[in-house]
Amino acid sequence: MKTLNRRDFGVDLGLALAAAILLPATKARADNDLEVHIDNFVFQPPELKIKVGTTVTWTNRDDIPHTVVSAGKFRSKTLDTDDKFSFTFTNAGDYKYFCSLHPHMTGMIKVE
Amino acid sequence: MSGHDHGDDGVSRRKVLECMTWAGTGVLWTITGGVPRSLGIIDSAQAATAAAPGMTFLQISDSHVGFDKPANPNALGTLEEAVNKINAMPAKPSFMIHTGDITHLSKAAEFDNAERIISQTKLDVHYVPGEHDFIDEEVKLYRERYGRGTKGHGWYSFDAGGVHFIGLVNVVDLKAGGLGNLGAEQLAWLEDDLRGKSKSMPVVLFAHIPLWTVYPEWGWGTEDGGRALELVKGFGSVTVLNGHIHQVMQKVEGNVTFHTARSTAFPQPAPGAAPSPGPMKVEDAKLRSMLGVASVNFKQNEQRLAIIDTPLQG
Ligand SMILES: [Cu+2]
Repeated sequence: MKTLNRRDFGVDLGLALAAAILLPATKARADNDLEVHIDNFVFQPPELKIKVGTTVTWTNRDDIPHTVVSAGKFRSKTLDTDDKFSFTFTNAGDYKYFCSLHPHMTGMIKVE
Repeated sequence: MSGHDHGDDGVSRRKVLECMTWAGTGVLWTITGGVPRSLGIIDSAQAATAAAPGMTFLQISDSHVGFDKPANPNALGTLEEAVNKINAMPAKPSFMIHTGDITHLSKAAEFDNAERIISQTKLDVHYVPGEHDFIDEEVKLYRERYGRGTKGHGWYSFDAGGVHFIGLVNVVDLKAGGLGNLGAEQLAWLEDDLRGKSKSMPVVLFAHIPLWTVYPEWGWGTEDGGRALELVKGFGSVTVLNGHIHQVMQKVEGNVTFHTARSTAFPQPAPGAAPSPGPMKVEDAKLRSMLGVASVNFKQNEQRLAIIDTPLQG
């Protein structure tokens, strides 16, 4: 488990402050924005239904690097532990995606 | 280091290394008529190989240099331990193969560190890439270092000790929902490479992801691996060596022997034994019994293959 030390606390405080400052401007969008976690080689949730204009952020919580790739649509860099990748969906449609390092890992974003 | 108590500090470094080597409980496997048979632990196994000289080569795999998570905070350190063990072997192997995942994140410094340690064996090393060696943006660091004289994404073949060795690449161009992949170009090359070879010549295929289906639920297999195996079907003796799954697994099917090696970095769970194939955290005292190297001995003119698995510590 991660233990909280002073440095972490300092960072968290800094982020909280930044979030507080940014909140008014981004509030409307933030309500729509969604997250996908990678835990134990699985995209969670494996399928998301979202509205056009939504930003999805993937976070790798495994000790092994993963990628997020949708052929011809988007491709993340290799995400090491706790790295994030965000993509804003501006067109409706079904976006199948997978991890190019572990192709048995697949997910779907349905945009309407 | 090895966790063994060496008593006073008057013990020489050489002595310590010897102790580390012989503390291993590696097993010598001899495969006769398709049946694997254990000949005993590392001490007697080493003696047996020394008594019956043949061509010996080593397999090392999944070094993951750069990995620093709880399962093993120092993957470079355990690689160095493996290299020390290799250097302490009584009989020097002819050469070594590395079945991929040399690095964890394909960073230049990780390749540099791996090279610095592995080169201390002073052995000729034949590499194939793992998926972790191919994640730099332009996929060029592995190829610049190890790709010279190879075809396509890095496949090649060579002869040694009367055996035909073929290094294959099954970690590129992976398809959503799929397994490891060799691809049409590589399979065509393989067919060509084998054309005209005497069927009595032993063949060793080596690649990162197992060419046989170990556990598709975790992606442990190669989509078109069966097509490669089809091409070597007619040969009298075929050995398939892989890494990727960080544990020893063996299977004999007709004239084909399959074997996967341990990692020098961190263990992974047995198929289905955990929620994911991710790094397995074991007690520190147990870690080194789950890491190690494999040495393979060919006895000339015999359809017999001996594999000695040597954990870093028994
Ligand atoms: Cu992955």
